[in-house]
Order: sequence, then structure tokens, then C-alpha cells
Amino acid sequence: MKNFSGNVLFLDRSDINTDEIIPAKYLTEISKQALKPYLLEDIKLEGFNSQLDVKGKHVIITRVNFGCGSSREHAPWALEANNIHLVIAENFARIFRQNMFNCGMMAVELPDQTIDGIFKEFAGKETHLETDFENNAFIITADGHQQEISFSISDFDRALVMTGGWVDYADEKY
Amino acid sequence: MGKTIAEKIFDAHRVDHPEKDIHVIRLDAVFCHEITTPIAVNDLVSRGKDRVFDSDKIKVVIDHVSPAKDSKTAMQGKILREWAKRHKIRDFFDIGRNGVCHALFPEKGFVRPGYTVIMGDSHTCTHGAFGAFAAGVGTTDLEVGILKGVCAFRSPSTIKIDIIGRLPDGVFSKDVILFIIHRLGVNGATNKILEFTGPVVDAMSMESRMTLCNMAVEAGATSGICNPDMTTVEYLWEFIQNDHADKESALATFKSFHSDSDAQYDQVIEHDVSRREPMVTFGYKPDQVKPVKEMASTKVDQVYIGSCTNGRIEDLRVAAQVLKGKKISDSVRGIVSPATPKAFRQAMEEGILKTFMDSGFCVTNPTCGACLGMSNGVLAEGEVCASTTNRNFNGRMGRGGMVHLVSPATAAATAIAGFISNSGLYKGSP
Repeated sequence: MKNFSGNVLFLDRSDINTDEIIPAKYLTEISKQALKPYLLEDIKLEGFNSQLDVKGKHVIITRVNFGCGSSREHAPWALEANNIHLVIAENFARIFRQNMFNCGMMAVELPDQTIDGIFKEFAGKETHLETDFENNAFIITADGHQQEISFSISDFDRALVMTGGWVDYADEKY
Repeated sequence: MGKTIAEKIFDAHRVDHPEKDIHVIRLDAVFCHEITTPIAVNDLVSRGKDRVFDSDKIKVVIDHVSPAKDSKTAMQGKILREWAKRHKIRDFFDIGRNGVCHALFPEKGFVRPGYTVIMGDSHTCTHGAFGAFAAGVGTTDLEVGILKGVCAFRSPSTIKIDIIGRLPDGVFSKDVILFIIHRLGVNGATNKILEFTGPVVDAMSMESRMTLCNMAVEAGATSGICNPDMTTVEYLWEFIQNDHADKESALATFKSFHSDSDAQYDQVIEHDVSRREPMVTFGYKPDQVKPVKEMASTKVDQVYIGSCTNGRIEDLRVAAQVLKGKKISDSVRGIVSPATPKAFRQAMEEGILKTFMDSGFCVTNPTCGACLGMSNGVLAEGEVCASTTNRNFNGRMGRGGMVHLVSPATAAATAIAGFISNSGLYKGSP
């Protein structure tokens, strides 16, 4: 199973699409690792520097409809190449969410008040998130302040995370 | 309790129900192109699972960057070509016979009412126009589709969009779907199906229905879908005539998939188009839409007519009607890419290509290229394009470029004027 803990990258915007996560001109790459330098290169977000701000971050927390647009799985792969295996948002575009779990990664939805609370309390601070997968909990820490938030994912998604993705699951079962 | 068309298709294809809201369904067709498939192929090879579930149900095209523009895109084509050959996939469309996937595959009769279809491409929802369940997926879902012929989806909860009234002259299905996306918002239909019904849809050609369904994903929808009718039967007749005694009996068979009158919908939206105007997007999201007349002073550098949204023969005819006898502005680069060889040939035979060329347009071969900023019409920083495509995302047609989505009529009128403009086909306020 992949690692779902680490320092948090806050993306305070809704409707971040997969063209912003990985522009189409890089879709000619045929290895996942080659996508690493280009993650979030075209994001429209005030003050964001894709070269500097992604470094050392392993969890993304964002707002509404993350990953909309193109079906390109290059978006989750660009995250994976940067060791980001967990995105937390109010909700996700369908294909992006499925792609994450299909790759054994997690796209976890939390209620809008919870997301809002996290942004108010932690955004702008050096923040660490620890995932307790067994107990469905995130432990978020910054400046000595700690908050525990419970989450839920379906049994099917949990099985995908545990088996490492949809290919092995489906080939065994169908 | 009655069922929707999508629910009936799921019922007819379900192979597993691993939990309440998850349905694993059997696939009637898996479509592949050279951007998302080669990585799936390489992954299958590296897993020692280089197999296909049914070579007759896999349809393959090289369309996104065609001809190849560099060594990397050439390699993507090569991987796909060799894979198709290795697995004896007969329906493989290489350059000379290739076209934009969501325009080409319907033309070949590969989508039928009641079918289930996936492709590693978000605009796969286009094929719902035929009364099929067709959805875009990522590469891993595609990989499993290729290997096992199955895919997992959530329950097909449906929003019914009842389109009523009479479409004014000069207003097209593109204008209608832009307005519907504006109403729903870019995630207003996430995890839902958009079922398009009503007299306006009934009167639409298959091409217009494909334009409607094509952009369902821009509201977040899993798929768009239309109930099959005689228009569907007529379009498909050359491919299905051996399976049915006559057109009426084909229609009777397809009607078994129709949504029941007491089907349960998540939401029903009635949309009267009688006063609808030509629409255009502003900003970087496809739900940012306003009437063309409100954007009328916006200067453009390029006009692009093509894509899986609006590159079909009907679209080319409308644009040519606007361009006939006119020259495009000196300050505009006009590019038209007929979406398939058949549309290209028809346009040639009908004199449409000549009209485009006489007006100053460049006619390119069928390819997706410019729509996603990969080739054949990429924008420079600061440039503006009026485009018949489907996404106005930041950087979509080239970094720092701005895209305004319009119908083919508006695109042609804009090319002539040099700024965003209503066509003379629209008789409302200019």
C-alpha cells in the first residue's frame, strides 16, 4: 500500500482541471516519471510557483470539483511521480477520482465546512497530515496545534487501495 | 417503478455488484487512441498480461496528433500500430483513413442503441447520442476494458433535460448545450447522466445530438444520452439492415431501451429554446457563457472549426453558408479541420472546401491537434481564438492563449469580422 502521509500543499481554488494539473503537451511522454517536473505547471492560482511550491509536499488539500476536464490519467501519474498519493477535496470530477483509486491512490471527499475549517486553521502554515488508514482518520498538525478528522471511503475503493489498483483486482475477479 | 434508458442498459450488462452503488458492466466496445492507450499497452506488457478480451470489440484510431509532429508522437503511433497488428485488431484507422475518434466511430456504425462503450477520452460521452451508455475513463479503466471487457461505474442516476420550444434560425445545438452547461455549472452533473429529450432533440440530426452529448462532460456528467428513434435507425441503417426485417422493426427493438414514463430522475429540467441566442464562452470554464452580442467587440487572432464537437459535415455546411462569397479578416488565421475523411470528401464534393479556401481558410486533415494545443493551430501567449471545440481551459490551445467556444456559424462570422460576431443566419438582435 502507498504512503498517504506528509506535508500538505493547499490549493485554494475550485474546478482545477487536468489541463492545469498536467498540460496536454506533455501527454506525449510514455513514462510516468517523465511527468514529474510539470505538475501543476498551468494552474491559474495567484502567487503559486509550480517549481517551488510542490517540493516536499505529499498531500493536496483543495476545494470543489478537483480534476475536472480531460480523462488523462497523466494527472494522477504526475502526482504519483511527485510522491503525492492523497488528494482531499469537497468533491472530485468522476474520472479523476476513479483514476486515483484505480492506481491505488486516494481521492477523499470531506464536507464543505470541514474543508473550510481546515483552510482557516492551517492554510499558509507548514502543515503535516498523518493518515490512519485502519481507523479512517487524518491527523493534521501545524504550529503545535493538532486536529483529528475522520473520513470514509467505500469498501470497493478500500479494496483497490489495498490491492494496489484495479488491474490486479479485475484480472483476478472477472 | 419504471427505469431510465441508462438503468436498462446497466441491467442488461451487469456482471457484478461489489457494493450497493458500484456496478461492474460488460462492454460492447472499447475505443482506443494514441494518447491514452500506449501507456496501457506498455503496462499490460510489463505485467505479463498482453492480451485483449475480444479483438473485434476493440476499435483503434490514431487521431490526436496526426501526422505525427515529432519523435515522441511518432512512437505513440508506433506502439499502437504494433499492438493492433499483434492482436489482429481489424478496425484500426491509421493516417489516410483516420479521423477524430468521436466523429469517425459513429460513421463506421460502431455504436448502437443499448451498447456500452468506454474510451480513454473524456468526450466518449458523445456516443450517447445513439442511445448507448458511453463514458470516458482513465488509462487503468481502459487497460481493464482491453483485458477483461468490463468496467465499474456508480449507479446511473439521471438528470433529464427536456428541450422544448422551437430553435430560432441561426441558433444551433452548440448554443443550446453551452447554455445548459451554464445553467448546471461545471460540476452540476458530476456522477450523473444527462438524458436529452423533448421535441427539439427529436427534430435534431444525429450530428446535432452528438454535439449535445459531446459536451455533457463539461457539466461533469458521466455521459449524455438520447432515446433512439427513426433518425437513429436511418443513420445506422447501412450497418444494421441485415439484423432487422425493416426500419420499423429495428426501431421497435431499440425502443425497448427507452426510458419508461414513470422512470425516476434525480432532477428534471425543462429548457425552452424559443428565445435562445447564439452563445459564447468567456473566462476559463465552459459554464462561463453569455450571448454573442455581449462579447461582440472581442478581437480574435485565430478561428478554428473542427473537433469532436463541431467538425462534422453539418457543421462544415453551416460555416460555408456563412463564408460563401466573403473573405475572412486580414488579421485572422482561419483553420478548418473536417473531423473525418468522409466529412472531408463530402465537403470537397459539395464545394465546401473551395468556399473555405476562397474565403482565406487553411484546410487541414482530420485531427484533434489544435483543440488541446498539441498541433495544427497552437496559440501563442496572449492570442485569442474563437473555436468550435469544447474546452476554454487556461492554456488549453496553447500556454497563455484565450479560447472562446462558439458554434460553427458564429466561428465563420467571427472570422469574417475579425471580432466575435453573430452570423447573418441569426435574425434576432445582432
